[in-house]
Amino acid sequence: MGNTSIARQLEELGRYMAFNADLLRSAVRKPYRISLVFAEIEQLGVNSVIVIMMTGLAIGMIFALQMVSLLQPFQAEIGTGAAVAVAMGREFAPIFTTLMLIAKNGSAMAAELGTMRVTEQIDALESMSVSPVQYLVLPRVIASILVFPALTMLANILGVAGAYVISTKLYGIDAATYTSYMFDILKPKDIFIGLIKSGIMGYMVATICCWFGLNAGQGAKGVGDGATKAVVASSVAILIADYILATFISTVIK
Amino acid sequence: MNPIIRIRDLRKAFSGRPVLEGVDLDVPEGAICAVVGQSGTGKSVLFKCIMGIMKPDAGRVWYREYELTAMEHDALIDLRKHFGYSFQNAALFDSMTVEENIAFPLREALGLKNRKQIKKQVDEMLEWIGLPEIGRYTVDELSGGMRKRVGVARSLVMKPDVLFFDEPTTGLDPVLSETIDNLVVRVNGELGVSCILITHDIPAAFRIADKIAFLDGGRIVAEGSAKEVAASDNELVRNFLRISFSELPV
Repeated sequence: MGNTSIARQLEELGRYMAFNADLLRSAVRKPYRISLVFAEIEQLGVNSVIVIMMTGLAIGMIFALQMVSLLQPFQAEIGTGAAVAVAMGREFAPIFTTLMLIAKNGSAMAAELGTMRVTEQIDALESMSVSPVQYLVLPRVIASILVFPALTMLANILGVAGAYVISTKLYGIDAATYTSYMFDILKPKDIFIGLIKSGIMGYMVATICCWFGLNAGQGAKGVGDGATKAVVASSVAILIADYILATFISTVIK
Repeated sequence: MNPIIRIRDLRKAFSGRPVLEGVDLDVPEGAICAVVGQSGTGKSVLFKCIMGIMKPDAGRVWYREYELTAMEHDALIDLRKHFGYSFQNAALFDSMTVEENIAFPLREALGLKNRKQIKKQVDEMLEWIGLPEIGRYTVDELSGGMRKRVGVARSLVMKPDVLFFDEPTTGLDPVLSETIDNLVVRVNGELGVSCILITHDIPAAFRIADKIAFLDGGRIVAEGSAKEVAASDNELVRNFLRISFSELPV
């Protein structure tokens, strides 16, 4: 029973890897559908700006509240800005942005492709010699690789701004010293690492969610199960990937 | 008549459950061939295996002199442009209008860029199916019969040699069913397209098909002209015919 389950999981993983290989092949094969990529950027990115702004702002403000109360006994609250900026840049912004985008867009991707699968629209594409991977998946993956870092940057900015407001307006920390100390500690690589990670996570989320959508079971339940699996699998995958990437990138970028 | 599609010993199973167990079938060029059988006997699977949308476990399929089952993926995709597929529920893209649906294969499969040329072909096709006024309708606004006809138009716009109809009249009232049957006859007669249809509508199959094949237990159990099939001594075939024709007014 256990062996069968593991074998099935490994088979699934193998099929997912083959799907990725197909995706990469289709990326270098004509036709190039640039307009579909822009449409996906609008859908994924532009329509998610408000959500990500609110998320970034909230995380920055909450983190600042906690940091100030933690650092105040040591009279080190001036370091709040630096702590928030580094943590946002390296970890919080990419992770929370990705989780929000999984909830908002990843589930929608899986549900949309799943519905297309059960209503035979995917079969219709294949019957017309149009590759579903190239036509449906590739634009979503390219858009995700571009949009995730852009929205992560936005979450960074809003997070730092939120922390600034809490620290200087609520706790009365001197704004000039706060800012100066933050820029002394924060290095470009802190932001860069987060942006690289979010680009990789964008690829992972889009491929995982599209994979579960394309392989959805029959009926409304099949589509629902596909969307749920897509959200769970991509959320777990990015958390694992985050640890691996953080370790790997930190050793590469000194 | 030379067969345009030849199938030999086609087999397909799902999770160990056999669906097709050695199907042999010739589809004559320029003919209408109806594949008839009970629900769940693998008729749709047979179609998808022929088109290469689904990979059979064993067996061989030829389109003219090309063996589809031995082809590389890219070559198969290219050759598939000779086929059209009219799906049971039309499978129209619900994010697009009717015009966009019909234009889709022209743009995406054939690579046409000229908007005027595409529009002209779409309008001609809408005119041909008798629905010239619905180009700007969304898929949601279409009735079941309209959807089927638009699905046929979308398949025909690529000018296929063979058109597959998956249960074209399922869910339609008798009047609309006859409209679709007549459309199949027109596709075959006016455009010279070989048609293969899956259907439960035995009277319609007997009326319009040049060849009828009964699928049961994963195999073709009777095939031939309407007259030849009517003379079959296969029990399932006899039951099908008895029940189907007893519903007709005497």
